[in-house]
Amino acid sequence: MSIDKINTVEEAEQPLSMHPQKFALWLFIVTVVMLFAAMTSAYIVRQGEGNWLIFDLPTLFYVNSGIIILSSATMHWAYTAAQKDNLGQVKLAMWLTTVLGFAFLVGQWEAWGVLVDADLFFVGSNISASFLYVITGLHAVHLISGVIFLIIVLISSYKYKVHSKNMTRMEMCVTYWHFLGGLWIYLFVFLLLNH
Amino acid sequence: MSVAANVSAGAHAHDEHHEHKENFITKYIFSTDHKMIGKQFLLTGMLWALIGGFLSVIFRLQLGFPEMKLEWLRPLLGEWIQVDGSLDPEFYLALVTMHGTIMVFFVLTAGLSGTFSNFLIPLQIGARDMASGFMNMLSYWFFFLSSVIMLTSLFIETGPAAGGWVVYPPLSALPQAIQGSGLGMTLWLVAMVFFIVSSLLGGINYIATVINLRTKGMSFSRLPLTIWAFFLTAVIGLLSFPVLFAAALLLVFDRSFGTSFYLSDIYIQGEALPNMGGSPILYQHLFWFLGHPEVYIVLLPALGITSEIIATNSRKPIFGYKAMIISMLGITVLSFVVWAHHMFVSGLNPFLGSIFMFLTLIIAVPSAVKVFNYLTTLWKGNIIFTPAMLFSIGLVSFFISGGLTGIFLGNSAIDIQLHDTYFVVAHFHLVMGSASFFGLMAGVYHWFPKMFGKMMDAKLGYIHFWLTFVGVYMVFFPMHYIGIAGFPRRYYSWSNFEFANSFTDLNMFVSVAAILTFVAQFVFLFNFFWSMYRGKKAPLNPWRSNTLEWTTPLEPVHGNWPGEIPTVYRWPYDYSKPGAEEDFIPQTVPYSQTPESNLPHEQQFVDEEREDAADDVVVANEHKH
Ligand code: HEM
Ligand SMILES: [Cu+2]
Repeated sequence: MSIDKINTVEEAEQPLSMHPQKFALWLFIVTVVMLFAAMTSAYIVRQGEGNWLIFDLPTLFYVNSGIIILSSATMHWAYTAAQKDNLGQVKLAMWLTTVLGFAFLVGQWEAWGVLVDADLFFVGSNISASFLYVITGLHAVHLISGVIFLIIVLISSYKYKVHSKNMTRMEMCVTYWHFLGGLWIYLFVFLLLNH
Repeated sequence: MSVAANVSAGAHAHDEHHEHKENFITKYIFSTDHKMIGKQFLLTGMLWALIGGFLSVIFRLQLGFPEMKLEWLRPLLGEWIQVDGSLDPEFYLALVTMHGTIMVFFVLTAGLSGTFSNFLIPLQIGARDMASGFMNMLSYWFFFLSSVIMLTSLFIETGPAAGGWVVYPPLSALPQAIQGSGLGMTLWLVAMVFFIVSSLLGGINYIATVINLRTKGMSFSRLPLTIWAFFLTAVIGLLSFPVLFAAALLLVFDRSFGTSFYLSDIYIQGEALPNMGGSPILYQHLFWFLGHPEVYIVLLPALGITSEIIATNSRKPIFGYKAMIISMLGITVLSFVVWAHHMFVSGLNPFLGSIFMFLTLIIAVPSAVKVFNYLTTLWKGNIIFTPAMLFSIGLVSFFISGGLTGIFLGNSAIDIQLHDTYFVVAHFHLVMGSASFFGLMAGVYHWFPKMFGKMMDAKLGYIHFWLTFVGVYMVFFPMHYIGIAGFPRRYYSWSNFEFANSFTDLNMFVSVAAILTFVAQFVFLFNFFWSMYRGKKAPLNPWRSNTLEWTTPLEPVHGNWPGEIPTVYRWPYDYSKPGAEEDFIPQTVPYSQTPESNLPHEQQFVDEEREDAADDVVVANEHKH
C-alpha cells in the first residue's frame, strides 16, 4: 500500500448541510440571546439588593407590543407570498412590515418620553429606570438593524430577486424579524413581572 | 467516476478563478483565504507577545530591584520614569494591566484561536475554506483595529488603563480615581468592544464551518481532537463574550453618561459623588461569567493541539479518544457555572460560596482525565522528541503543576488567605499562561511546514524549549512561596513591609529568571523568520501524520486541494496499528486497502465502502446518459 496515494472518490458530500449564512444568522441570534440574558440577569441580581424604585411601565408598551406582533404577521404574509411568487403582495407586505417596524421604534421613543415626563431619567433617577432604558434601548438598536434588513429585502423585491427560487434572504429576514418580535415580548413580560 | 469528478471540479471552478485576480493587496492584506488569515493572526499575536513580555520585564525590574535607577528607559517611557529614576507607581499598575490584557486576549485568544482555528479547521475537516471568507477577513480586521486602539493607549499622556485586566469598578469607572481611568480606560473599552466583535465573527465562522463543511466520511467521531477543541472553544466564546459586552456597556454608561450601575456611596477626597444605588459586585458577576470561560477559551485550543502532537509523536493512538471529547464537553459546561470562585472574598454569601466551591472542584475530574490520557498515550510509545513534542509535554507538565494549585484555591476557606496573592499569580501563569503558550509554540513548530513549506531548525527548537521550560518554572515556582508568605499582587513595592525583607533574594531571582526567559524567545523569533526564507524544504508529510492537512500540496493554494477534496475513511489516530506495514495509516486510506491490519469489527466498514463505491459508479453512469 503506498501511503502518498490519495483516495478521492468524488466531491465531498456535506454531512449536515444547512445554508452557511442561515446557520451563521442562528449563531448570531444566540449571541443576542446571551446579551439579553446577561442584562436581565443583571437586572434581577441588582433588584435583589434593594433600593429599587417601582413604577408603572408606560401603557404605550402594550400598543407597541401589538404593533410588533402585527408586523410579524405581515412579515409572514410577505414570506408566503414570495413562496407563491406573488410579487405584488410581497412588496405590499414588506412595505407594511417596514412601516410597522418604524412605528414600533417611534412608539418606543414616545414611551421614553412618557418616562421622562414621569421624572424617570436614564441618569439621576433610580437604577431601575436606568435599567429600563438600557434594556429597551439595546432592543431598539437591534430592531434598527432588523429594519435595515427589511429595507434590503424590500429593495431586492423591486429587483425581482425575491421569489420562490430565491428565498434565502427572505427566509433569513423572516427568522430575524420574528426573533426580534419574540425578544421584545419576552423583555416586556420580564419587565412586567419584575419591575 | 471521472464524470462525477468533472462535475465536482466544475462546482469549484469558481475557487480556482480567484488565482488570476490575486494581487499583493488581496493576497497578503485583505485576504479571504483562511490560511493567510491564520498567518496574519499569528504574526500579530507574536508582535503582541513581544510587547506584553517586554512590559512584564519592566515591572519585574521594579519588583526584583526596587532601588534600581531606570533612567535609561526614559527615552521610551518619558515622564513615567520619575526624577529620581524610579518607576511611577501609577504606571506600574498600568503596566500590569496592559500585560494581562495583552496576554489573555491579544496573544492567547486571538493569537492562538485565531491562528490555529483559521489555519487548521478547513485543512483538517476537508473544506475549501471557511463558511464565510468575508466574515473571516472582517474578524481579522476588527482584531487589527482593536490592536491599534489598544496600542495607541500605551502612548497617551495619562497612560493606558490601570485597573487590572479585570478593570473592576469603581476604580475603572471614575476618571478622577487614577490617571489610567481617564482616556486610557476609554480606549481600553473601545478596543475590547472591537475585540469582542472580532471574536464573535471568528467564532460564528468556526462553528458554522465545523458543522456544515466537513468532507465526506468526516463524522464527528472521526474529527481530530484539535477540531473538537477549536469547536468547543468557539462555542464557549459565543456564549460568554456577549456577557462581557454587557458588562462593558454598563461600565461605559457609568463612565461617560453618569449612570450608577456599579457605583454607590463613593467619597473622593472628602467629597461625596452623586452616584447612588449601584453595585460593584454586579460587575464582578458579569465579568467573571466571561472571565472564567475565557481561561478555557485560552486553554482548550492548546489542549487540542497537544492531543494531536502527542499522539503523532508517540506513534500511538490517542488514549481514550471518546474520554477526551467527553472531558472537553464537561469542561465546556462546567466552565459556565464556576465563575464565583473568583469572588469568594467579595462578600459572597458563604453558602453560595460552598456551592461554587463544589462545582469548581468538579472541574478537576475532566482535567485529570485529560492528564491521565496524555500520560497513557506517552506510556510505552515510540516517542519522537520533535520540538513540538517537547512543548506539548511541557504543556502537560504545567497543566499538572498549575492545576493542582487550583484545587487549593477552589476551597473557599483557603482562598481567604491566598486570594490576590502571588499564589494566584503562580497558579494561573502555570495553568493558563504557560500551558497555553506552550500549546501555541507546539502548534507553530508542528504546522510551520504546512504554513510556509519549510522546516524549522530543530536544534534551535530544542534550545528554545529547554531555556523556556526551565525558565518558566524558575519564574513561577518561587511565586507560590512568595504568595503563601502573604505578598499581595498588584503592589508597586513591598519594601516598606518588615516581613518582605527575607524574600528580597527570591524576588530578585524571579526577576532575573524572567528576563532570561524573555531573551530566550528571540531564539525562536530568529528560527521562525530565518526558516521562513532559508529553512530546509519540507517534505509533504514531515511528521508522518494521519490528518488531512498533510494530503494537500506543499503550499496549498486557495481552495486547499487542487483536485477533489479527499474522502475520509477512518479516525485520525491509526498509529502503529498491528499488522500494518507503516506505523501510520492516513485518514484517506480505506479499510478495503488495509486488510492486514483491520480489526474484526472493521471488516464491516469494508463492506460499507464497497456499497458506497458501487453507488458512485451508478451516479457516474447516470451522468453519462
Ligand atoms: C483544577 C482546575 C482549577 C481550579 C480548581 C481553579 C481554581 C481557581 C480559583 C479558585 C481561582 C481564584 C483565586 C483567587 O482569585 O483567589 C483561580 C484563579 C485563576 N485561574 Fe484557576 N482553577 C483551575 C484551573 C484553571 C485553568 C485550567 C485555568 C486556565 C486555563 C485557570 C486560570 C485562572 C486564572 C487566569 C485565574 C486568575 C484570575 C484573576 O484573579 O486575575 N485556572 N483558579
Ligand atoms: Cu475561574
